[in-house]
Amino acid sequence: MSELNHLTMAQARDGLAKGEFSSAELTQAHIAALEVSRGLNAFVTETPERAMKAAQESDARRAKDRDEPGSMEGLPIAIKDLFCTEGVLTTASSHILDSFTPPYESTVTANLWRAGAVMLGKTNMDEFAMGSATVTSYYGPTVNPWQRKDDDKPLVPGGSSGGSASAVAARAALGATGTDTGGSIRQPASFCGIVGVKPTYGRCSRWGIVAFASSLDQAGPMTRTVRDGAIMLGAMAGYDPKDSTSADKPTPNFETALEQKVKGLKVGIPEEYNMEGMSRDLLALWDRGKEWLTAAGTEMVPVSLPHTKYALPTYYIVAPAEASSNLARYDGVRYGFRAEGETLQEMYENTRGEGFGAEVRRRVLIGTYVLSAGYYDAYYLKAQKLRALISEDFREAFEKVDVLLTPTAPSPAFAIGEKMDDPIAMYLNDVFTVPASLAGLPAISLPAGLSSDGLPLGLQLIARPFDEETMFCTARTVEEAANFDVEPALMVGA
Amino acid sequence: MTLLQGNTGDWEMVIGLEVHAQVISKAKLFSGAAATFGAEPNTQVSLVDAAMPGMLPVINQIAVEQAVRTGLGLNAKINLVSVFDRKNYFYPDLPPGYQISQFSQPIVGHGTIILDLDGGETREVGITRIHLEQDAGKSLHDQHPSHTFVDLNRSGVALMEIVSEPDMRSPEEAVAYLRKLRSILRYLGTCDGNMEQGSLRCDANVSVRHPGEEFGTRCEIKNVNSVRFVQQAIEYEARRQIELVENNGVVELETRLFDSSNCTTRSMRSKEESHDYRYFPDPDLLPLEIDQEFVENIRASLPELPDAKKERLMSEYGLAEEDAGLLATERATADFYEEMTKGRDPKLACNWVTGDLFGVLNKSGVGIEESPVSAAMLGGLLDLISDGTLSGRLAKDVLEAMVETGKEAAVLVKERQLKQITDTGVIEAEVDKVLEVHTDKLAEYKAGKDKLFGFFVGQVMKATGGKANPGMVNEVLKAKLGS
Repeated sequence: MSELNHLTMAQARDGLAKGEFSSAELTQAHIAALEVSRGLNAFVTETPERAMKAAQESDARRAKDRDEPGSMEGLPIAIKDLFCTEGVLTTASSHILDSFTPPYESTVTANLWRAGAVMLGKTNMDEFAMGSATVTSYYGPTVNPWQRKDDDKPLVPGGSSGGSASAVAARAALGATGTDTGGSIRQPASFCGIVGVKPTYGRCSRWGIVAFASSLDQAGPMTRTVRDGAIMLGAMAGYDPKDSTSADKPTPNFETALEQKVKGLKVGIPEEYNMEGMSRDLLALWDRGKEWLTAAGTEMVPVSLPHTKYALPTYYIVAPAEASSNLARYDGVRYGFRAEGETLQEMYENTRGEGFGAEVRRRVLIGTYVLSAGYYDAYYLKAQKLRALISEDFREAFEKVDVLLTPTAPSPAFAIGEKMDDPIAMYLNDVFTVPASLAGLPAISLPAGLSSDGLPLGLQLIARPFDEETMFCTARTVEEAANFDVEPALMVGA
Repeated sequence: MTLLQGNTGDWEMVIGLEVHAQVISKAKLFSGAAATFGAEPNTQVSLVDAAMPGMLPVINQIAVEQAVRTGLGLNAKINLVSVFDRKNYFYPDLPPGYQISQFSQPIVGHGTIILDLDGGETREVGITRIHLEQDAGKSLHDQHPSHTFVDLNRSGVALMEIVSEPDMRSPEEAVAYLRKLRSILRYLGTCDGNMEQGSLRCDANVSVRHPGEEFGTRCEIKNVNSVRFVQQAIEYEARRQIELVENNGVVELETRLFDSSNCTTRSMRSKEESHDYRYFPDPDLLPLEIDQEFVENIRASLPELPDAKKERLMSEYGLAEEDAGLLATERATADFYEEMTKGRDPKLACNWVTGDLFGVLNKSGVGIEESPVSAAMLGGLLDLISDGTLSGRLAKDVLEAMVETGKEAAVLVKERQLKQITDTGVIEAEVDKVLEVHTDKLAEYKAGKDKLFGFFVGQVMKATGGKANPGMVNEVLKAKLGS
């Protein structure tokens, strides 16, 4: 049964429905894969017992001939350790949340369990989702199951949702949740050769997700196929009155949307995304994407998003500003890690100094700085104005086109240790993903080809707000044409 | 105008008040936890109030309504779009490390309030703004020798910060402002105004200047949490600033703390030490949008407010301004008055409410809502006065008995046979008896000791158990004594 972990989510769902195997068997196969792949350090916490119990309960529900099985009935998945899970350690991969076990369940995970999904464990990530390589985790870096041709240097899985991406790529989970603030779902999906969906801001509730930058954070699925992404997003999404920024809109059937015709759609190619120094591999892949979509009957339309060059600096003001305030609650007073001190001030300093890693401290400092009296107008306020202009760029472009096609990340996965001492180079990873985050738009990354050294490269599709349906059906078209069937070197049970 | 004398001439005080009023609402501003005062520590704390990871605020509609109601009650501009900002600072009783408040776009803009001063004078004071914000928890420093305990029951409770213009010129005006504001808030039902429990808290901004000059540098005085303290703090602070300036000192812009044990203020933090709160719009909350219809519905439900009530009591019942003002201070008092005065003498009713009933309430330490004598009962007592059954004196005794027993006046009169004696024959007989017994006193009286008249009246009243009509006793005595 070891090959059960190689099924797609849709295949597993259909196999369960036909009674070809049980959720217990499916889950057991994934637990075995997870154990074998521990070298990837994809998980902070494994929950095999809970998983088996949930799988057996799922089988029992199905045996009782439930009329309508949940959309993810019996499917084992992994959860990024940023989602609060009741009774299960939740760390945000930070020392400061040592031993924090929430007495509540995030809305998104609660939705998944209601749909019947089974939790395998909590995945590693950049500390508080701050990073693009899953190297800032207190629990050590996660390894990408992919390796370069003729080179066995361990590569990063991207980040911040690197543990989820690595686990899904290694077939240790059918899918996993991620969160995306500036590209934290899409970039690791690109690095690990999987599909990553960042839905429209407001599509998934943020309630119970440890906050990084509230105006940007969105949960989304990480899967091996576009269809799986559609299935899983359908289970995660939905209006939540507990999140004031959640959108009070019905959740469409995203899987049905895959069947929508793309013929006649206008696909925008933003000229500003053709940046200096992009690899030939990447340019060639982008061109292939255009050709595939043209062949499918869509029309390529050059568009301009003139404020794109301001997106990264804008993001690196807005996100740290919000983070500096969101992370103030980790003060050693009520939960998590505390380092004692002689005075209250000292306790704060010791706790936060030792409890946060270097990247988190850096961003808290940047955020505090840009909100300070005398700097607020020059940084935060100006960034807010630019953010509005960036949104306006997209709004204008979407008057002419239905969807945008771009690369996901400027490079394939790099080796652990590279770019570590250069935060700016690291931040450049997000150059293609950040604009859609700032504008709150739905975007998907899907694997479309390999670099010359054999690593997966992703293409990104960006759609209008709450038009995930067009995004999904276009992605499905690209996926079919790309026919990406290469498997990573460090994959389990191959 | 109240001026203070200094060595360099007269000084004028310039005073503005910032009042924090706890909104009457079952739930907190952004969480569903209860907001009741006096519960066991940390029993009214939601996950949001404790700032658990991933928790999000959701605005309490009732609190928004209450802020709008308060704004309308103060004739203020209601802002249909307002924004919640985060005010960032670290303290153990502030779990998220920020307070959600409104900084640049408050829900209520400029308004006015009319102060009632001594001698029927009035004065208009501007309201700068009202904004909604969360209260912090409480740090308890006296529970353990080396630890501070934190009670989060108050954490997240809805407050309205009501900021006045620097329009007041004396401590008395500040007191009148606070009283009037409290009265309006209680009429509106938006704050219970209880300063002892901290549901109404006051900070005072005080500066001094020579009349006609520019405003001086102000100091903010924190922790002036009673009407008396407001007066004392302003008086002390104005004197301190005058003395400082007249001795070539400079008033620093600073926050000072009022110490009620010695009625002084002391420096808390200077401008340099002041926090940089790093205000920015709370990204967990969208701008608060309300529509005109929402505002108009609240406007339509506003009660008659103290100023209007006072005017009406004067015109409808012919009361004096002072009496009407006294009755109108509390809605419950005015309601009580209006209920008992129906079909009765309005002035007599007013005297009984503001005189004897207030005395009873003061003595038993309860508000008029819990008055041991209801409006109907007090009305019944008045009826017995009006129909001559009781003299004013007897009525006071009956009221006392009513408080003790909870019985109606008529019942007590019957039970205790308290009906006053108005039969001239009976009174004459009693007078004769008294004069016969006290022949010595009668002789003294006739020899010119006029004061003894009162003695005879007292003896007759005593003999009749206080039931003789005092006026008739006087008349009969006068006739008998031939004076």
